[in-house]
Amino acid sequence: MDLILEGILKAFYLLVTFDPEVIKITFLSLQVSGSATLISLLIGISIGTMVALAEFPGRRFVVSLINTGMGLPPVVVGLFVTIFLWRNGPLGFLGVLYTPTAMIIAQAIIATPIVMGISLAAIQALPKNLRLQILALGATRFQMVWILVKEAKLPLLAGVMAGFGGVISEVGASIMVGGNIKGYSRLLTTATVMETSRGNFDIAIALGIILLLLAYFINLILTNIQQRERPR
Amino acid sequence: MNVPAPILEVDGLKVRKGGALVLDIPSLRLEEGEMLSLIGPNGAGKTTLLQALACLIKPSQGELFFKEKIVSSNHGLFQYRRRLAMVFQEPLLFDTTVFENVSSGLKIRGLKRAEIGKKVAENLERFGILHLVHRSARKISGGEAQRVALARAFATQPEVLFLDEPFASLDPPTRESLIDDLERVLRQTGTTTIFATHDRMEALRLSDRVAVMNRGRILQIGPPPEVMNQPLDEFVASFVGVETILTGRVSKKDKGSFLASVMGHEVEAVGEVELGETVVFCIRPENVTLSPSSPKGATSARNVFTGKIEKVIPMGLFYKVQLQCGFPLVAYVTGHSLEDLELREGKEVVASFKATSIHIVRKK
Amino acid sequence: MQKKRITCLGMIICLIFIFPSLCGAQKSIILATTTSTQDSGLLDVLIPVFEKKTGYFVKTIAVGSGQAMAMGQKGEADVLLVHSPAAEKKFIAEGYGVNRRLVMHNDYIVVGPAKDPAKIKGMKVSTEAFKKIAGAGALFLSRGDNSGTHSKEKAIWKASGIKPEGKKWYQETGLGMGQTLNVASEKNGYTLADRGTYLALKKNLRLEILMEGDAILLNIYHVIEVNPAKWPKVNAAGAKAFADFMVSKEVQDVVKTFGGEKFGSPLFFPDAGKQEEELGK
Repeated sequence: MDLILEGILKAFYLLVTFDPEVIKITFLSLQVSGSATLISLLIGISIGTMVALAEFPGRRFVVSLINTGMGLPPVVVGLFVTIFLWRNGPLGFLGVLYTPTAMIIAQAIIATPIVMGISLAAIQALPKNLRLQILALGATRFQMVWILVKEAKLPLLAGVMAGFGGVISEVGASIMVGGNIKGYSRLLTTATVMETSRGNFDIAIALGIILLLLAYFINLILTNIQQRERPR
Repeated sequence: MNVPAPILEVDGLKVRKGGALVLDIPSLRLEEGEMLSLIGPNGAGKTTLLQALACLIKPSQGELFFKEKIVSSNHGLFQYRRRLAMVFQEPLLFDTTVFENVSSGLKIRGLKRAEIGKKVAENLERFGILHLVHRSARKISGGEAQRVALARAFATQPEVLFLDEPFASLDPPTRESLIDDLERVLRQTGTTTIFATHDRMEALRLSDRVAVMNRGRILQIGPPPEVMNQPLDEFVASFVGVETILTGRVSKKDKGSFLASVMGHEVEAVGEVELGETVVFCIRPENVTLSPSSPKGATSARNVFTGKIEKVIPMGLFYKVQLQCGFPLVAYVTGHSLEDLELREGKEVVASFKATSIHIVRKK
Repeated sequence: MQKKRITCLGMIICLIFIFPSLCGAQKSIILATTTSTQDSGLLDVLIPVFEKKTGYFVKTIAVGSGQAMAMGQKGEADVLLVHSPAAEKKFIAEGYGVNRRLVMHNDYIVVGPAKDPAKIKGMKVSTEAFKKIAGAGALFLSRGDNSGTHSKEKAIWKASGIKPEGKKWYQETGLGMGQTLNVASEKNGYTLADRGTYLALKKNLRLEILMEGDAILLNIYHVIEVNPAKWPKVNAAGAKAFADFMVSKEVQDVVKTFGGEKFGSPLFFPDAGKQEEELGK
């Protein structure tokens, strides 16, 4: 119990004194997960919407693939990304293994199916004739999709939050592809694992608390966007 | 004689869904400024026809001409659709304010803010909902929502307006009030309108022409009195409210009129027929008069039959009386008549109808 | 309108944050080493010096000795700093590594609960101590992860003629040294640990040093360059630079005193230039 208390105090101390290493890894966690979520948002919402609106043979198969993707074990993703990014692997020429870029790639792969699956369901949940009504108002295909996405704002943002939540808390893939290199590819999650294995529980708990605070504030912002009421 | 060009014309329009032919319209013309209603049972193809005419669904075959120019997807169908508007049975409003909803069509067309403001106010006013302008679309009633949908449609000044059973989910008083307002606005703007409904009273009230549809085809199209009183076949007849449909064989012919044997009784009617031919009689219930058992005097009706009342069904403003006169016959009477004549089940009455009020359909 | 402007601003801010280090593919080398080496903190001191001196960016990947050598075998690392002599010799024999050079050593110790149920305190021969632990059926925690520590532990069991796998008192954690020490502390068990990690965690552990000083307990660190002949993509120049650095006098001096103030005695003993056989005498 007092371990947790120690951790809280340590967290407070680290934050208030702007401990440079903690600042750096917090910033990096935000950058990496933020970038990954942004990528997953762009790809996930666009493809999810397309699949929701289109009719083509094998559509149901594609939908089940997306739904399966939502449950992809992050560690497995990390393993496969590592194998691809190895020097002697197919994408080795990129030379991005053990860099934050690799972590963004892995996290994007983890988050995208989540956002895609939820977008798909969100668009499908809209009234069937809404699409026709928007077209009847003279919208181009692009305008129609944009309006539908705006109408499904509530569940779509829930999807983005789910994607972000999934990657800000991810550790297995991030360690594998990032290498947890001090001052370079160390995140809040990977640092927590490292400090725990070193037995520095107070620091580990402190980092955990900082991670929770970070996740909370980001989700607060997203929730505000989601729930913003129209005037009156 | 100059025939003005139709605003919308269809040639050999066919729509297939899942292999089955759900719409088959060899030809259809819509004149500028007219109001055409489509009536028919559920699944008749009314919605399919409307959506095909608005190019919201792709026909399997056939061509559509708008103001004599063919409509094709080469230049983007949205260009064509921007000249129309459609209102569905559900208001389908966006989750925003009434103002944003009504302006959505204008925003899509890229109009400037000042212009949008003007047009929105104008159309909200038209439908009596100016006071709701900043209200959230979630917080208005069903009737108000449908008014918003109509305001949204009129705001873009459509050249053709498509209405797909827009009043079907409203309660009668709301419906009445909305139909009044719509009628007024249509008279003001002169907008060409196609209006699908399964309520024939609505259709009668608002339209210049009525088209009766069934199984993807138009069975009959024409001005309301024509369709209502001269249905081309039994299906149309029963759909437009002809309650008594009887089959008879022509037994005697005279100049312009004839006698036919209907279930052993002789019925006189008017029309050009052959002896021995089988004809179908359509007798509208409004044309059947009931009188007490002993006839008072001569009536000008040639067809007078005694019968027994089998059932009296209240229909709101009047009563439907089902009789058996040797053949089944249906009459409509007012509440007053019901009391005066003491009509009730089992009572004997005399039913009469003019020979000229019978509409005959020749069996081919 | 207001909303659109805020969203645009938000997206621009995001873009500034995004793509943090898309750069960084300059001269870099991948150093595969062990978690205990990393956890000792020695590299945190040495690496920045090396980077400043040579301009190379060192990606320190801390895994177990087994995995480090596996990475070397696949050419996915440039230089190894490991402490698993038997496996290392095999690695060199099979041609995966070159220039195996001695860097430093520290030693392993046997730690356990103060109560010492197997009564091994003060013993001088590790094989005898292990026999006593087995005999008493006392709880023993193994790392079980093919790390250098695990290999050393297995060698001692083998030398004492005991097969502990599968026995109830023998538990394999599969965890790093620090965590294994914690488990041992929680469960009042014995374990083999490197002195450095033990000293670093001592304040949180309820374990004592019960056995030390046996020659077999020496933990010897070598630096090995991955063979560029087998894997042309390795950064051979960088690897050599690092290996040279580790055996340089400057570094050896740092190693000599590292940990002295914090733990009372230095964690490592510098050995560059010596022969392996000389050690411990």
